[in-house]
Amino acid sequence: MSKAHEALESTTVEIDDPVVTVQDLSLFYGPTQALFDVSLRVPEKQVTAFIGPSGCGKSTLLRCLNRLNDLIEDVTITGRIELQGEDIYHPAYDAIELRRRVGMVFQKSNPFPKSIYENVAYGLRIAGINDRGALDAAVERGLRSAALWDEVKDRLQNTALDLSGGQQQRLCIARALAVEPSVILMDEPCSALDPIATARVEETIAELKESYTIVIVTHNMQQASRVSDYTAFFYLGRLVELDHTKRVFTNPRLQQTEDYVTGRFG
Amino acid sequence: MRAFFRSGDPFIWLAGSALAGCLLMIAGLVTVVVVNGLGFFWPSALMRIQVLDGTVVYGEVIERQQVPDKDGAHRLQLKIGNRDVYGLDFRWIDESDIETRSYPADAAVFERLEWGNANGTLEAVSAGADTLARGATAWAVLDSVRQITDDLASRIHDLERNHMGAVNAEIEAVRMARRRLQLQGSTVEHESIVQLDADQQQLWARYDSLSVELTSLREHSERFVAWLRLPGGDLRPIPVAHIVRVYRPNDMDVVAKGAVYLSKVWEFLSGEPRESNTEGGIFPALFGTVMMVILMTLFVVPFGVLAALYLREYARQGALTRTIRIAVNNLAGVPSIVFGMFGLGFFVYGVGGTIDVLFYPESLPTPTYGTGGILWASLTLALLTLPVVIVATEEALASVPGGLREGSIALGSTKLQTILRVVLPSALPGILTGVILATARGAGEVAPLMITGVVKLAPDLPVDGIFPFLHLERKFMHLGFHIYDVGFQSPNVEAARPMVFTTTLLLLFVVLALNLTAIVVRNRLRKRYAIKTI
Repeated sequence: MSKAHEALESTTVEIDDPVVTVQDLSLFYGPTQALFDVSLRVPEKQVTAFIGPSGCGKSTLLRCLNRLNDLIEDVTITGRIELQGEDIYHPAYDAIELRRRVGMVFQKSNPFPKSIYENVAYGLRIAGINDRGALDAAVERGLRSAALWDEVKDRLQNTALDLSGGQQQRLCIARALAVEPSVILMDEPCSALDPIATARVEETIAELKESYTIVIVTHNMQQASRVSDYTAFFYLGRLVELDHTKRVFTNPRLQQTEDYVTGRFG
Repeated sequence: MRAFFRSGDPFIWLAGSALAGCLLMIAGLVTVVVVNGLGFFWPSALMRIQVLDGTVVYGEVIERQQVPDKDGAHRLQLKIGNRDVYGLDFRWIDESDIETRSYPADAAVFERLEWGNANGTLEAVSAGADTLARGATAWAVLDSVRQITDDLASRIHDLERNHMGAVNAEIEAVRMARRRLQLQGSTVEHESIVQLDADQQQLWARYDSLSVELTSLREHSERFVAWLRLPGGDLRPIPVAHIVRVYRPNDMDVVAKGAVYLSKVWEFLSGEPRESNTEGGIFPALFGTVMMVILMTLFVVPFGVLAALYLREYARQGALTRTIRIAVNNLAGVPSIVFGMFGLGFFVYGVGGTIDVLFYPESLPTPTYGTGGILWASLTLALLTLPVVIVATEEALASVPGGLREGSIALGSTKLQTILRVVLPSALPGILTGVILATARGAGEVAPLMITGVVKLAPDLPVDGIFPFLHLERKFMHLGFHIYDVGFQSPNVEAARPMVFTTTLLLLFVVLALNLTAIVVRNRLRKRYAIKTI
């Protein structure tokens, strides 16, 4: 069977019991369409990588999953996204609650100009939790999960801005973990880091998938193949292929995917 | 030559000299103010001059000047004092008319509450008809007598300001209460009014007894008289109670002069003005300026920051917000006197007048809030400095990295939480820069104040010990207006000139102090909320 023939039948692997389900999602920035009928499922407690050339819509899709696109004016969305069976774009659905369940780590580390402690405790504080014991526990748990605890435990009250780039990014991960989300979105979390800091963050991701569902957007093909279990390839706002990472990188269904992952374009 | 221009050096020179020019002008201005301002309090030597026409004067040399149209001839400007005798306290004397000059050790300067300085020698001190001392011993006796009169003066002051002031305030309150009842339709026989009338009688009795006490203190104090021998030979009495300070400059070393200098500076800073503001202190003006600036800051900062927050964070960015932004910027260019007129029309007559009608009808037609006051002046200046705060705050908000907002939102915070907990703290240093600029602008502004509450003389501070302690409706004095008043509205321009410089110097210090405070606060905050991108 030729690859082209197989593509007609299916370009996405079947995923049972998904945490997030995206159904026919299209997104417009004003009159410009950025996503075209994207449908995919994100498996639970696995790492799913979104890859594709710049402008292919992978970050846009990621930002739909926690409704961060709501901040941008003039965005129109059609289709449906479900988190654990609930439609997150339903008018009655609380975006604030959604963002507590879906944490996010950004491309550029963005620690708040506060102490390390207050950065990690931020999510709890805004949720109205001010109990010292609960905050202490959450901060320690978050920092330990992000593999930062040993480095900063003696200077929790120092400003977070004095941390190194890699530490800042892990602090942002700890901050997202402290509110105990079910899904963590990572938007090119290592693109501004050096190789050693990148390796630390990747180790952290590998540990986190034991308990969290992770969606990571990356430009770095090696990173995708190292950290992810599933890989989705996007091109020009369309989902081209979603499959086990091993298969995408060794034996993709489509020629286009193969060209991209082998570096022939993109 | 072309290579020279291409090297860019000419431009560097141009830019450098522009900066140098600015600095030079500022340095020159400050130097003129500092030299003239600081020198004023130094006790200068008292020169005894015998003029060819036979007159003799004691005078401090103020200036030596070439006589116009006469080559080589110079003349001296002398502060001769004794205005009550000569009619003038300054005199020009051509050097060619001077027969002898000397610096007698016993020549003394008597600073008085009225009539300016008296220059002469101390002849005797008397109490009533008795002569207490004569000649050389008179100085020691004068010192001890002055302690008595100083003591009496502070008792008189206490009596007038605190006790009689309090009784006066009570009398006024009772009178107002009576008026209020009458306005509400009560008749003179109404029992409340009868009660008030009784209170009134009692208060008047207390006032009268205080008056009697005051008069006796005054009489006691006025008995002491210092006899002054004028340079011409006449003998003149000066009530010791009227002597502010006395010193013999020709008989003093640097330390003693320094002590007089410091005591004069202290009087200047802490005392009340005398002699239509040309002498004495300027404490009410200093206090009024600082209080007005603080009130203004309290008004303008929350108002401006909130307005900027809406404009930057909530309003939909478009043609309308752009127009508003331009309008706000243009508001900063409106002449300050226009703000003053708006303040007079809106705050004083509009808001203040309404307050009077609603809450103080009993004292009408005398206005309470419907006339200039420190509250209205502060509000007017707050309006004037609002654009500065809005523009600075907007820029500070815009410079907060978008990633911080997204990071906060992505953690499940609302927009309000994001603004309060992340955006505002990060923007705080920038906002404070705006506050500093607004403070500096507000502290130096005079024109709008002249019609919204500043007056020439207001010894009653807006804060005092009489309930409700803070009197925002009171008129106040201001250093900037004081400079204008002393410099241009004074009946004795020569005597007032040094006062202009010292007051200017003080105003510069006040602005500097207010700015430094704000800068220190800002730098501390900047350390706390340091953002790497700034």
